[in-house]
Amino acid sequence: MRVELVRRPERSKAMSWLSPVIAVLLTLVAGAVLFAASGIDPLRGLYVYFLEPLTLPFTITELVVKAIPIVIVAIGLALCYLSNTWNIGAEGQLTVGAILGSLVPILLPDFQTVATLPLMLLLGILGGALYAAIPALLKTRFGTNEILTSLMLVYVATYLLDWLVRGPLRDPQGFGFPGSRAFTDWQVMPILFPGSRVHLGLVIAIVVAIGGWFVLRRTITGFAITTLGQAPRAGAFAGFSRTRITLLVFLISGGLAGLAGISEVAGPVGKLDVAISPGYGFTAIIVAFLGRLNPAAIVVAGLVLALSYIGGERAQIMLGMSSQTGRVFQGLLLFFVLACDTFILYRLRVVRTPPASAAARVVE
Amino acid sequence: MGAETDNSGISEFRRPDGAPTLAAVGITKDFGSLRANDGVDFAIRPGEIHALLGENGAGKSTLVKILYGALQPTAGEVRWRGRPVVISNPAAARRLGIGMVFQHFSLFDSLTVAENISLALTGDARLGDLRGRIETVSKDYGLPLRPDSVVADLSVGERQRVEIVRCLLQEPQLIIMDEPTSVLTPQEADDLFVTLKRLAGEGCSVLYISHRLEEVRTICHHATILRHGRVVGECDPQKETAKALAGMMVGAEVHAVRPPEPAPADAAVRLSVRGLDMPRPHAFAVALRDVSLDVRAGEIVGIAGIAGNGQDELFGALSGERPARDEGAIRLDGTPCGRQGITARRRLGAAFVPEERLGHGAVPRFRLSSNAVLTRYATGDGIAPGGVIDRQKAFAVVERVTKAFDVRKGSPDPEASALSGGNLQKFVVGREIDRKPAVLVVSQPTWGVDAGAATTIRQALVDLARSGSAIVMISQDLDEILEISDRIAVIANGRLSPPRARAELPREAIGLMMTGLDMAAGEEVADAG
Repeated sequence: MRVELVRRPERSKAMSWLSPVIAVLLTLVAGAVLFAASGIDPLRGLYVYFLEPLTLPFTITELVVKAIPIVIVAIGLALCYLSNTWNIGAEGQLTVGAILGSLVPILLPDFQTVATLPLMLLLGILGGALYAAIPALLKTRFGTNEILTSLMLVYVATYLLDWLVRGPLRDPQGFGFPGSRAFTDWQVMPILFPGSRVHLGLVIAIVVAIGGWFVLRRTITGFAITTLGQAPRAGAFAGFSRTRITLLVFLISGGLAGLAGISEVAGPVGKLDVAISPGYGFTAIIVAFLGRLNPAAIVVAGLVLALSYIGGERAQIMLGMSSQTGRVFQGLLLFFVLACDTFILYRLRVVRTPPASAAARVVE
Repeated sequence: MGAETDNSGISEFRRPDGAPTLAAVGITKDFGSLRANDGVDFAIRPGEIHALLGENGAGKSTLVKILYGALQPTAGEVRWRGRPVVISNPAAARRLGIGMVFQHFSLFDSLTVAENISLALTGDARLGDLRGRIETVSKDYGLPLRPDSVVADLSVGERQRVEIVRCLLQEPQLIIMDEPTSVLTPQEADDLFVTLKRLAGEGCSVLYISHRLEEVRTICHHATILRHGRVVGECDPQKETAKALAGMMVGAEVHAVRPPEPAPADAAVRLSVRGLDMPRPHAFAVALRDVSLDVRAGEIVGIAGIAGNGQDELFGALSGERPARDEGAIRLDGTPCGRQGITARRRLGAAFVPEERLGHGAVPRFRLSSNAVLTRYATGDGIAPGGVIDRQKAFAVVERVTKAFDVRKGSPDPEASALSGGNLQKFVVGREIDRKPAVLVVSQPTWGVDAGAATTIRQALVDLARSGSAIVMISQDLDEILEISDRIAVIANGRLSPPRARAELPREAIGLMMTGLDMAAGEEVADAG
């Protein structure tokens, strides 16, 4: 007996919705095994990790705060991946966007008007987009592999930030600690719900998700993106330019990553610092796939992944688990999502092996 | 085909007697809910050339894959010389003595003939010995071949010889040939028939799959006809007319396409190509050299040629997927557009149907309505006003095309890949004809399409031309070219012959021109006649 994958005539609608759900369930099962192996009661572990955060007002709002940058970045990445362009460097674009946007409050501390924050956000978008333009141009001009270039540029950006906040942009009144001066008044994202840290970024994330949905589902630009991603020759036949779309999706995804970066430093972080993102740019890759590259589902997936951050923090505090537990869960989730996605296009079939006597006759 | 000229000996061409080499008994194959083969029984005798006929989707490929071990039947058994066998993979089939020559060759371009063949042989035959064996076999069977030629330098006919020799070296008792003549010139096809007859004469069985009923009638002893996965008949093809065979395949009489009235010689030129030169885009492509062509309102100009002689490049140049350097090289209704892209040319009234349906003419995983958007978004049908797609309008195109072309599909708006080849082709052609284009450039309009769909498509092209459009039809199917073209040009090595009226150009002359040796053959024959 053997098991084989058989291609379905059409993609299975049911499986495209079930796949992420099954993946989450499998992650929970694997998590339970993980907890048991660490000597923790699996049920208590899963409760602390995944359920308790949903019952406390503080953790619920923190969930939203964490989901904001992840969703903004993931929407841009979804456009990119749908066009079969692989921007893996959103973390770097996020960082450069944060740096460029932060120049306004750091270099012009007295520029405090209603235009300050919008200017910061615009510069954030610009920074991310320009940084994403590097791998995009390398790809369109020289055929460079964008996976490598965009990923390597993450490290360049991270070290650039490190140098800036320890050197030129360090707060002179900061007692020698790295980090810029704290942003104030018009330089920070307004808080939407007093008492929480939920900020204007929530509105931005929702607008970005709706915008992403509209572009993909209703516009010729979105149509060009998916066409070139699925069938490049058909895309050329339709008159779409591969080069233009590659540049466009890199600029959009980079711009959105930059926007997420500046809204973090102008929001929860409050200043340009050594650590402005716990890997949101990478987590967004998982979110984009968990959300089927579909903007609406990405919002849900963003909340699920935000939960893995919060749960990880709580598991660290309450269960004494490693701070890397969250990463493990994220990795497991991506693994299961990609595995379950196979069943959208394929189904399993069990094949009975023919009797040995019959098989023997073949090999005369 | 060309073998019609060699009618001697056909009367004594009879199905040989003898116990079957291979028999299929009650073969059934299910793919999910689809039954591709339903209780298929048939038998091939030694020394017999046995045709397997059927429309696309009739179950021919499934049956052949089962016989060659690439698929396992759901029920039924295969008997090899009377004994039931399980053919678990192609290697097992080859060990039994079943060889196959595929429609699409599986050769490495950059390797030599001998190297390619050695890759397929089991055991560690030394290249030196192999050279000698290749020469012997190619001499014995009239398949001239040099073992040290690099495959990239070979013509399509020669590549097929490599495949056949490779197959013969394994000393098969049954050779399966899938559409072997679809890529050959009439002369090359004649050579192949000589080889096949010689093989059959030595007792080897040949299972011959073809859409070309005339050649089946010429060389096959016996035919099994499949329809909807079932055997619907067996016959001696030499005793049937091509029309009767086609009727058995589709289950109804096939109506011939009404020939177009010739376009008046003074009709306006709608597509004009002048001195078009295109460098080759990559090492295995063909450069276009000094191509000139005028196509008038109301006419179909057929472009014949062997695959790989610049057809793809010509289509790309006409469609604007690869713009030319000279704006005046191509004019649509008098407007120069050589440097314009495909969208600009569509806006000038042109429409295009490429050879590949899936992946070029349509996105496999897109619904038909999205595939309607693919070529129609910029042509003023209101499908995407201001860059926003109007789904209703796109679906309306699907409904119109479905009705006009009888596109059969399982749901109102399925994914393109869910349609059968013939139905998708009807959609892809219909999508463009629905626009009533001024100029239509179509490549291989009925490639791999069943007889019924082919007739529908050809009739639609004729009707479109009659309504005043200019049509360029690039095709490797000479019968199709001769059936509906008003004028015929031949492409060889990237050069296009001047088009001549169909009546002035006999089949043999076209065959000579296709080889590229004698582009003037048409004129000589015409002058002589």
